[in-house]
Amino acid sequence: MFETVNYEVANGVAWISLNRPDKLNAFTEQLNKEVQQAIKLASRDNEVRCLVITGEGRAFCSGQDLQGVNEDMNHGEVLRRFYNPMVLELHKCKKPVIAAVNGVAAGAGMSLALACDFRLLSDKASFLEAFIHVGLVPDAGNLYFLPKLVGHAKAMELAVLGEKVNAQEAKELGLATKVIPMEKWQDEITAFAERLAGMPTAAIAIIKKNLKASWESTLEECLERDAQGQRMAGLTLDHKEGVAAFMQKRKPVFQGK
Amino acid sequence: MSKSYEAIEVSQHGKLGLIALNRPKVLNAINRPMVSEILDAMEGFEADSSIKAIVLSGNGRAFAAGADIDEMANDQAIDFELRNQFKDWDRLAMIKKPIIGAVHGFALGGGFELALCCDLLYAADNAEFGFPEVNLGVMPGAGGTQRLTKLVGKTKAMEWLFTGKRINAKEAFQHGIVNQLISEELLLEETMKVAEQIANQAPIAIRLIKEAVLKAVDTSLNEGMEFERKNFYLLFSTEDQKEGMSAFIEKRKPQFKGK
Repeated sequence: MFETVNYEVANGVAWISLNRPDKLNAFTEQLNKEVQQAIKLASRDNEVRCLVITGEGRAFCSGQDLQGVNEDMNHGEVLRRFYNPMVLELHKCKKPVIAAVNGVAAGAGMSLALACDFRLLSDKASFLEAFIHVGLVPDAGNLYFLPKLVGHAKAMELAVLGEKVNAQEAKELGLATKVIPMEKWQDEITAFAERLAGMPTAAIAIIKKNLKASWESTLEECLERDAQGQRMAGLTLDHKEGVAAFMQKRKPVFQGK
Repeated sequence: MSKSYEAIEVSQHGKLGLIALNRPKVLNAINRPMVSEILDAMEGFEADSSIKAIVLSGNGRAFAAGADIDEMANDQAIDFELRNQFKDWDRLAMIKKPIIGAVHGFALGGGFELALCCDLLYAADNAEFGFPEVNLGVMPGAGGTQRLTKLVGKTKAMEWLFTGKRINAKEAFQHGIVNQLISEELLLEETMKVAEQIANQAPIAIRLIKEAVLKAVDTSLNEGMEFERKNFYLLFSTEDQKEGMSAFIEKRKPQFKGK
């Protein structure tokens, strides 16, 4: 289906794996497009209730493939045509998205991880705001997501100084949900993803939407959104199941409906 | 509502008449029969004294994703002139009962024009408006250039009409095209709630308010003021005015009768 992305669905989880391991999964136009298409595919597939974005080989994603960069390139156009649609597709996804950061996430690779809902880091993972080292600025939503995750001051340090952040530091900054030792990596990310896929994902969609909206809303608007969100959640089968299971003292089985 | 329609679904909910565009397979693309049916249903509701407000929505994934291009691709100028198809649109604009639109998904081209015929517009956060006609070498023909411009001003109207750019829900809200954004799942429920609230107001007051506000859109302030005043006076010959004011003085809820 794709050439630069491995796509697989198992147990309610869509695995989207960047697949240019010999180039440390650096972005090309094709990779941008295929990631976007894979996210769209997973968003529309009713079997899928959780997405994982990860990288084949030892890197998560090293950012833009510099081999494709030449003097005639209009960097702004490349972003508008290839990166921005990918980030917007990800941002629009109603299902929980995990970045399983298996290795280095540099430049736009870091941006991709920041745009996800959760970041699971292997102990070999690292983040790097590589842009400044080649006289460029963080892009693909990086400066939108970063300060929301780590605060303005830390975002400034990371973006301007461009120092490598290892997994443990990332955890301390709030950039990682969890740091996982490499030997347990596959088991733990699978367990985490499948756990999410078994949750009331319709409610998660509403939480995602309202959390995002909170950044640009007044309290009054948030309260109204809470009311609408709770009305919708209250109508879901998962809510009924949750209440029934509680009453019957059993484990609920959620369907994301 | 015993009439059966092909392109729309019509139903009554208490004091509300609901018209749902119903060609979901083509995202409710608007063709001439559909406009005739909408008009027929609207005029039916207009004549039905039990209906106090009309709600317009779309079945399926969109409100209405434009006009049926196949239908007009081979038309000549004179075909339009002789067919005079836009007379149905003119008559839609003469409906006196309040029309409340609920837009989700696309409202493009003719679909956007239909949305602009509504007095109030509620939209899902996935709503997208736009006039893509320019991309086909034409332009809106059912009020698009006029109503959008009156609504948002020349600057944005020109931009959107020249480029055919989509207007997302948030932009539409910011520019006053829609009254409120609502989650898609709750759009119809919330729109019906607003419509019901309006349906419970004094119907003649609502009617004369609609008339006066629409007057403001294409008349001078002076003329409009005169017009408003006459409507204001006129309401003092209704029973609902007596009831409304007595209820206010007696600190109770008014019971309006539409008389």
